[in-house]
Amino acid sequence: MRYSALSLLTKALGGNKGWSPAFRSPTPKPHYDVIIVGGGGHGLATAYYLSKVFGITNVAVLEKGYLGSGNIGRNTTIIRSNYLLPGNNPFYELSMKLWEGLEQDFNFNAMVSQRGIVNLFHSDGQRDAYTRRGNAMQLLGVGAELLDRDAVKTMLPFMDFDNARFPILGGLLHRRGGTVRHDAVAWGYARGADSHGVDIIQHCEVTGIRRENGKVTGVETSKGFIGCNRLALAAAGNSTVVADMAGLRLPIESHVLQAFVSEGLKPFIDCVVTFGAGHFYVSQSDKGGLVFGGDIDGYNSYAQRGNLATVEHVAEAGVAMIPSLSRVRVLRSWGGIMDMSMDGSPIIDRTHIDNLYLNAGWCYGGFKATPASGYCFAHLIARNAPHETARAFRLDRFETGRLIDEKGVGAQPNLH
Amino acid sequence: MASLITCPHCGPRPKEEFSIRSDASLTRPAPDADAETWHAYVYLRDNSRGRHREYWHHAAGCRRWLVVERDTQTHVVHSVTDAADATRTRGAA
Amino acid sequence: MTPFRLPAGGRIDRSHKIGFSFDGRAYYGHAGDTLASALLANGVSLMARSFKYHRPRGPVTAGASEPNALVTIGTGGRTEPNTRATVAELYEGLDAVSQNRWPSLSFDIGSVNSLLSPVLGAGFYYKTFMWPAAFWEKVYEPLIRKAAGLGRATYEADPDSYEKCWAHCDLLVIGGGAAGLSAAVTAARAGARVIVADEQAEMGGWLLSESGVIDGTLAATVLAGLLFELEGHPNVTLLSRSTVFGWYDDGVFGAVERVQKHVPRIDANRPVERLWRIAARHAILATGAEERPLVFGGNDIPGVMTASAMRTWLTRYGVAAGKNPAIFANDDSAYALAADLEAAGMAVAAIVDPRADGGRDWTGRAEVLRGAVVTDAHGGKAVEAISVRVNGTLRKIAADALAMAGGFSPVIHLSCHRGAKPVWSEEKAAFLAPSGLDGLTVAGGAAALRGLGAVMADGAAKAASVLAAIGFAGTPAFASAPEEGGAAKPLWSVPGTKGKAFVDYQNDVHTKDLGLAVREGYGHVELAKRYTTNGMATDQGKLGNVNAIGILAEARGVSPAEVGTTTFRPFYTPVSFGALAGTSRGKHFQPVRQSPLHGWAKRNGATFVETGLWYRSAWFPRAGETTWRESVDREVTTTRSAAGLCDVSTLGKIEITGRDAATFLDRVYCNGFAKLPVGKARYGLMLREDGFIYDDGTTSRLEENRYFMTTTTAYAAGVMAHLEFCAQALWPELDVRFASVTDEWAQMAIAGPKSREILSAIVDADLSDAAMPFLGAKTVTLGGGAIEARLFRISFSGELAYELAVPAGYGEAVADAIMEAGRVHGICAYGVEALAVMRIEKGHVTHNEINGTVVPADLGFGRMVSATKADFIGRAMLAREGLTDLDRPRLVGVKPVDPKDGFRTGSHILAEGAEATLENDQGYVSSSCYSPSLGHTIGLALVKRGPERLGERVQIWNSLRGEFTMGVLTSPVFIDPDNARLHG
Repeated sequence: MRYSALSLLTKALGGNKGWSPAFRSPTPKPHYDVIIVGGGGHGLATAYYLSKVFGITNVAVLEKGYLGSGNIGRNTTIIRSNYLLPGNNPFYELSMKLWEGLEQDFNFNAMVSQRGIVNLFHSDGQRDAYTRRGNAMQLLGVGAELLDRDAVKTMLPFMDFDNARFPILGGLLHRRGGTVRHDAVAWGYARGADSHGVDIIQHCEVTGIRRENGKVTGVETSKGFIGCNRLALAAAGNSTVVADMAGLRLPIESHVLQAFVSEGLKPFIDCVVTFGAGHFYVSQSDKGGLVFGGDIDGYNSYAQRGNLATVEHVAEAGVAMIPSLSRVRVLRSWGGIMDMSMDGSPIIDRTHIDNLYLNAGWCYGGFKATPASGYCFAHLIARNAPHETARAFRLDRFETGRLIDEKGVGAQPNLH
Repeated sequence: MASLITCPHCGPRPKEEFSIRSDASLTRPAPDADAETWHAYVYLRDNSRGRHREYWHHAAGCRRWLVVERDTQTHVVHSVTDAADATRTRGAA
Repeated sequence: MTPFRLPAGGRIDRSHKIGFSFDGRAYYGHAGDTLASALLANGVSLMARSFKYHRPRGPVTAGASEPNALVTIGTGGRTEPNTRATVAELYEGLDAVSQNRWPSLSFDIGSVNSLLSPVLGAGFYYKTFMWPAAFWEKVYEPLIRKAAGLGRATYEADPDSYEKCWAHCDLLVIGGGAAGLSAAVTAARAGARVIVADEQAEMGGWLLSESGVIDGTLAATVLAGLLFELEGHPNVTLLSRSTVFGWYDDGVFGAVERVQKHVPRIDANRPVERLWRIAARHAILATGAEERPLVFGGNDIPGVMTASAMRTWLTRYGVAAGKNPAIFANDDSAYALAADLEAAGMAVAAIVDPRADGGRDWTGRAEVLRGAVVTDAHGGKAVEAISVRVNGTLRKIAADALAMAGGFSPVIHLSCHRGAKPVWSEEKAAFLAPSGLDGLTVAGGAAALRGLGAVMADGAAKAASVLAAIGFAGTPAFASAPEEGGAAKPLWSVPGTKGKAFVDYQNDVHTKDLGLAVREGYGHVELAKRYTTNGMATDQGKLGNVNAIGILAEARGVSPAEVGTTTFRPFYTPVSFGALAGTSRGKHFQPVRQSPLHGWAKRNGATFVETGLWYRSAWFPRAGETTWRESVDREVTTTRSAAGLCDVSTLGKIEITGRDAATFLDRVYCNGFAKLPVGKARYGLMLREDGFIYDDGTTSRLEENRYFMTTTTAYAAGVMAHLEFCAQALWPELDVRFASVTDEWAQMAIAGPKSREILSAIVDADLSDAAMPFLGAKTVTLGGGAIEARLFRISFSGELAYELAVPAGYGEAVADAIMEAGRVHGICAYGVEALAVMRIEKGHVTHNEINGTVVPADLGFGRMVSATKADFIGRAMLAREGLTDLDRPRLVGVKPVDPKDGFRTGSHILAEGAEATLENDQGYVSSSCYSPSLGHTIGLALVKRGPERLGERVQIWNSLRGEFTMGVLTSPVFIDPDNARLHG
């Protein structure tokens, strides 16, 4: 069923009784060409592109919870392609280009809103680092603008320009960055993949990976054994747990990242802003809530909750950046489990185990990558060769030293 | 986790006094260990869902590095020991 | 007399009139009123408009879970949008305005949305607004954004202050109602340290609203007795106006105390809110139960409210919610309301009880219609009548208010903040807190008990058992009492309604939306929430979620247990940014670190710059200098031609001692230190274990087993922690100790050809090249033995230079003395800008180059890396192919082909003639400056195979600035490559 204003009208006239399910609830078949573990954004996007672009439709997505119950449903909805390093930059730009045509492509309004991202800087050193980054973006045609203090003041007059501990000197503006309604991305991909024949199986937990003669042949699940020719892991914060079933040790730690939303407000802030003197970034959802966050809590965790000290740090930075936030009330905090890799960049690669493919290590940046991650992972699975923009995301780069370390903090995940 | 960590030297102290430096179950290889061993030490992690040992530094307290053993699912802290003691114990084992 | 205020009754102070305004109109209420009670007393029941359909709304509750009656209170920087009128205490001059309406609350254009509701059903926006693509951001989204949101936040800074504190106790009692207070009394008598936190202005919970008796004593009397006793216990802290908003690990609870939210004039010496972090050995959750609305047509019309709200208005505030209210009673508790209404002289229009056997004990006048339901409430901005279906026929009954008693949901949110899931109880028809929570016990109404006597007994009994567990001998302060009967039977929604039947009031989610979600595959409770927005409003589903779960369960044909709840997360009720930020704001966002030479720099006219937490002197402008460059150029030229003094106190300084100090240093630096002679300094590179450079600095051997290490300013704390890690966790067998002495020493660089001469006037020791050669390090005395100091002959500028460290307290005096001694030689003070210029001229690197992704060879330090040491941090991983690849960006100098051209840091390097693409990117300028010594811009750059390309012309590409400069790659050492000046 195609969604449109017309479909809304005709269905409304029928008392909205005529809407059919956006996705089926299939029972698993005994065997699939490809099984994707993880019905989050990346897994669903992979299934969508496998079926739509690469012609592989005999695909199952296994999700242990409900559809989109992982980080796709608990992030701060920001999309951007303002990366520094050549290993990352073209990949995230591919993602941005896919975002730009996504809704028409999968016929679902995910509210892709390119409202712009401003990274504030507060010192000459930060300005220089952003200059380098902005020029890298320019070289790729991403588009970047360096704002001076006055330009930032015109754009965001309500920030602390008069009494700040760390004065705002300017900002790097990435106009094509913005926000997307996160849940809708999962639903849009799920509905699209489903329409191409993909089986999305919710509440189906993978409990084991079966190997015969060293090759993966299928998975044990809470709904029984399901065979496959290729097994693709897209389990985000639980990547280690799933990889462990195949005896694969990963360069990943799982950490908790908290995020927050305020009470609904009339339009307050139009773009996404990141603070340069503390851990804080904020945007406003179409519903009116200020969506914001800060740094990861810093300890390994599989519990989707954080601690109060981090909450306070985030609020402190928020009020330092925008003093009038003080009287705004925070409605809700939540936590997601980040698959923090050892250099802060992701992995999309084959593994040394035949038929086993890995998509992991997204740190706290997986949401923006969803379309390209799905596309490139599908490419890898379908063609058995990496997509050109994801060539650097190799699993063996930690052995070879060809790291992609945007922050330059090394093999300590909680610093990335 | 960890609103409070019970430092063996200072008693229960708020989390903000500590900084954290990842997996404490790893043993630094011998200098002449092979590349794979070093790679595993620097980059590969058990990342357990359950019991996990982690280095915490009582940075705003006694300045001792501690090994905090806790559960990554429930956030229950099982034990906190001085890192030097933990290393000596491991060396002796 | 306000029209709906009853002549007597309630806890308000009728002798104390309070004036306030709503939407510009003046009203008055009384001390003890909330804004909502005062407005209702004035006959104002229309207080707000809903989110989506802009339906007229009044308060449906009398407390913290209120979804409807949200207003903006205050003006200027004190503006608080979305304030619940039901919890806002009235104060003189309170200024409230309604929200989400235009042009006015009573005439709101947005209410046209209600007519369009068939096309504006759940998730409608996911299905449209996609064409043309560009219209989303330009047309649709701005319209949606404008329509969405409730109140408007201010852009003015908050003029008030906030603070935080820690508290520790044996028992935290959350909720000061019947169960909580009886628990607290039990614990207080046992001698435990008790904190009772309650969200309301007055402790008491439902005891404040209850007109009846408990075991023969009036509820109000019982309450007074409890509070009197608790106030007399020194081991009890009573925190009213304090909401416990979250339960965190290790028994830590977050609470916000509203210190000055109820006062007409803010005392600037006190916070408006105080954040409490309460570490409790155990907590008792005594948060009571929330009465559910019933779901029928028009259940949102102002005047429709929960029965407990109507009773609270009546008994606590002396306010009549209507003149002839009706009651939709699915729970016997509603009959107490009916009795109170009749006692107050009102005629209850009808009691509609869906149960066949409800209200058996009713002896009042009102007619009870059993087995009947209210299908619809009628009216526009106020209830006018209700439709009742009784025995299969519809009957219209006139009523100007309607109380809903849908049954009670225990308030268990906090118990689930740490991951536990609520458990459905078929017997109680409610979600209960899971059992076996570590450190938290649920008591009273929150444990689904009914009746104040039973609740008090439960609070006391639970407290006694908790006390025993934590080592106190406690006896329950109240004896057990039977529960009251007459509980609600599940009635999640009334079938056969005409109007919209709302489940989530604020977000306008009605029954059809939930049905649609199930039909479209979003029937999982979390998907339904996300698809319909049910439970996402400011009340976070406190009021509507259980009904929603019941409705989903019916639609899916399963039990509520199978549907389950969405996740309870902090905050229990919304918490202000201000409270969470506390004192950390504005200039106090982070602490300030000042060098011991700060005063000296200030006297010398320094301009300061924030460098991490430090304020460092950036340059020292002199009269006539109009730009920073003029000052910096002059400082560089003066230093290079005569002498300059620079404050380098912010460098990290670490004293390292112990028998194995040398061994230790050999392991943490990649170059050798064991053979460093006493009295010498050495430049050291510290790597991370992954082989990349972590930090650099000089370390001097002062005695056989005593070293003095310097780190960069930025990495001082990190290096100290790293050293401690290595010593404690890696090599505890080594005898080595560290002391951070950064703040102990004032350290100054004295550079320039005259530096030796100048210093000789201050330092007692012989400074000749023979006695104090390059990289000499020794303890010296100043002023004829008056001060002991440390002198290092090291140079960042490339000039003959020294660094002198003196005890911090002597810093300014010594700096003054050096300036005085240098006056005749033309010495100047120079700041970090001139320091940077001189180090770039000399090709010295900083963290601009050591950016965490470079190895020693990248910076030309390849030969420094020891090939002989068996072990040092980073050694093993340095050998990886990616770190030895000659194609890596490596350090070079870069200068413009035309000296008139400039360029900036952050520019990228492209080969001459190459197209500007990412593939052609060759590297970037990591540092740059105008070199007054050379008369043109110079830079350091990390360029692929850079050192092999010296002399090559390149593009210095800065598209961000529109600056494209032709440059040439050079040696990074621009000045004195033979070090003649250094050794001078």
